[in-house]
Amino acid sequence: MRNMALLRVDNMTHYFGGLRAVHKYNLVLEPGHIVGLIGPNGAGKTTIFNLISGIHTPTEGNIELDGQNLIGHHPHEIAAMGLGRTFQNLLLWRHMTVLEHVKMACYSKITYGLIGAFFGTPKRKREEEKIESKAHDLLKVVGVDHIADQIVINLPYGDQRRVEMARALAIEPKILFLDEPTAGMNPEELNQMMEIIRHVHRELGLAIFLIEHRLKMVMELCEIIQTLDFGRIIAEGTPEEIQNDPKVIDAYLGKEVVL
Amino acid sequence: MDNQEHTAQQRNKGFKTWLKGFVTGIPLICWLFGIFGAVLVEYFLGDLISYYLGLPKIPVLFGFLTVLKKPLLIPGTLGYLFIVYGLPVIILIKSLRKPANRLAAFLDRQPVSLAALVHLGLFYGALHLWADMSDYRLLVIKLTMIAIMLTLSLNVINGYMGEFSCSHPGFMALGAYTASTITLLLFANDKQFGDALLPVALGPYFFPLALVGGGIAASLGALVIAIPSFRTRGDYLAIISLAFLFIVKSLIENLEVVGGPRGMSSQPSYATLPVVFIVMTLCIWIINNFVRSTMGKALNAVRDNELAAEAMTVNTRKTKIITFMFGAFWAGVAGGLFAHVLRYVNPGSFGIQSLAEILAMLYFGGLNSVTGSIVGAVSINVLSEALRPLEIYKWIIIPLLLIMVMLFRPTGLIAFTEFKPKELMKPRQNTGEDA
Repeated sequence: MRNMALLRVDNMTHYFGGLRAVHKYNLVLEPGHIVGLIGPNGAGKTTIFNLISGIHTPTEGNIELDGQNLIGHHPHEIAAMGLGRTFQNLLLWRHMTVLEHVKMACYSKITYGLIGAFFGTPKRKREEEKIESKAHDLLKVVGVDHIADQIVINLPYGDQRRVEMARALAIEPKILFLDEPTAGMNPEELNQMMEIIRHVHRELGLAIFLIEHRLKMVMELCEIIQTLDFGRIIAEGTPEEIQNDPKVIDAYLGKEVVL
Repeated sequence: MDNQEHTAQQRNKGFKTWLKGFVTGIPLICWLFGIFGAVLVEYFLGDLISYYLGLPKIPVLFGFLTVLKKPLLIPGTLGYLFIVYGLPVIILIKSLRKPANRLAAFLDRQPVSLAALVHLGLFYGALHLWADMSDYRLLVIKLTMIAIMLTLSLNVINGYMGEFSCSHPGFMALGAYTASTITLLLFANDKQFGDALLPVALGPYFFPLALVGGGIAASLGALVIAIPSFRTRGDYLAIISLAFLFIVKSLIENLEVVGGPRGMSSQPSYATLPVVFIVMTLCIWIINNFVRSTMGKALNAVRDNELAAEAMTVNTRKTKIITFMFGAFWAGVAGGLFAHVLRYVNPGSFGIQSLAEILAMLYFGGLNSVTGSIVGAVSINVLSEALRPLEIYKWIIIPLLLIMVMLFRPTGLIAFTEFKPKELMKPRQNTGEDA
């Protein structure tokens, strides 16, 4: 059974100096599942994302992706193993076009090497054409192909989120980490984004790990929800279980104090 | 008053549209024909025309030097410029527009390398004839081409990758001294290393290898800087690379085997105009290829957001180190050419002054742009030669110009563009016929 899990995190603990940001965190993500991570601001949700994707190295614990240990690997290696992610505060490259963003994420697939880059060999031409058509396909999936040649910084916020999504898909991930994919979106954009998430989940069969503040969205999308508070999981279960868990209500709304 | 201004504006506008109508529909190859024709006119009739206009000799650098020394010759010089450069260019681009468009359309269907070779050949022909008329011109052209290489290679590091490197003259020095040592040791009878170890006749064939050797020496120097300074982002590279520049300079000042502060001289004259031109073209071609590939675009990703680049599978550390070494390689090659153009190097040529000049050309021309680097290097280099008679005032005018550019175009004249040779050479349909 142990090998069933696509991503497995065991007893992960992380300290920033003396601050314990994450405490004995566990996660089992199986292929094709959507797991949600909720919790108040500052609970350590993004830290968990950064730990798994290799930006920080956990103080203790073990992380396995598809049976491979991730501890000590660089973020780019972990990404190439099949972990695509988006960022809470949109980390886009301000001088690059939409198409270039998606092509860039195919970096690990490039095999023409420096010789190809310097001398423009036929092999490079073939590969560049291949990743370009792949990039266009992905842009169509998220619905921004018509603005492929625009500089990304000029786009409206919702479109920038979609570009980031397409970029994360371009690394051909097995798991997609979405860090608040709908932050700052209006209701219409929100619905479109949910549609995109459902689409990639259904069509590409990706496992998705989602941080989100909008409980409605998490409840609709996720099969399992974890609730985090002060770096530790206080509840884990199906949406119904979470909704009725008194500890979750406490964490979000504060304790009811009866005088 | 208002009215007058208005009409003046209108006339100005009219002139602009007229100029636009005149210039549109002319492909690059037509301009090159025009320039070639103008140079031919100067080559055969230059002396005669300058004699009748009362000029002592043909104006070497577009008359700047003559005019600045003797203001009375301004009308004659202007007349010369108009007759020799202006008229032939206007006549030729007007009359050759249609055949040139057809030729451009034909070349457009051929492989881009063939079209590029035709254009470059024509351009080189014009340049060669132009340089043939005076040794001073020849030297200015060679040094300008070297400046283009230096600026472009620095642009890869400072512009495309967004780090701030200050050690370009240091790399140049490494290249210059390595290449000089190779050629002097192997192919020249000189007082530094004694007799040539190999037959002197082989020298010109091994010159490219000497240049590559200089480039490799420079990129090894870059590796020494890169390993400690690319662990983190920020100002470290600027400081470490500046230190490297001083270390290299004092190292060669104290190395008696390469001449110490006296420098090295009597390098063989391998760096002729065609050699410099070919090396520069190769440099532009390879760098342009690199920055337009997805691997090269990774530099922009590293500059704009390193974390995102890393999360999108880009090996940022490797990218940074390789790019830094790549930029340094071309600086080293440029240094090797520099030593063989002047046929003399001393440590003094590779100081902070040289750094300031390269940085000025880079930021004047524009970051993240091959065209910008070429424009910046050519304009600053030619301008500083042209304003030479002003002596000390030159160093007031050029910085002022830089300040103006920084005020009105903070990223430089032509920044953040892609250099697409195919676009540049394509035929332009004749739209200005009836305008």
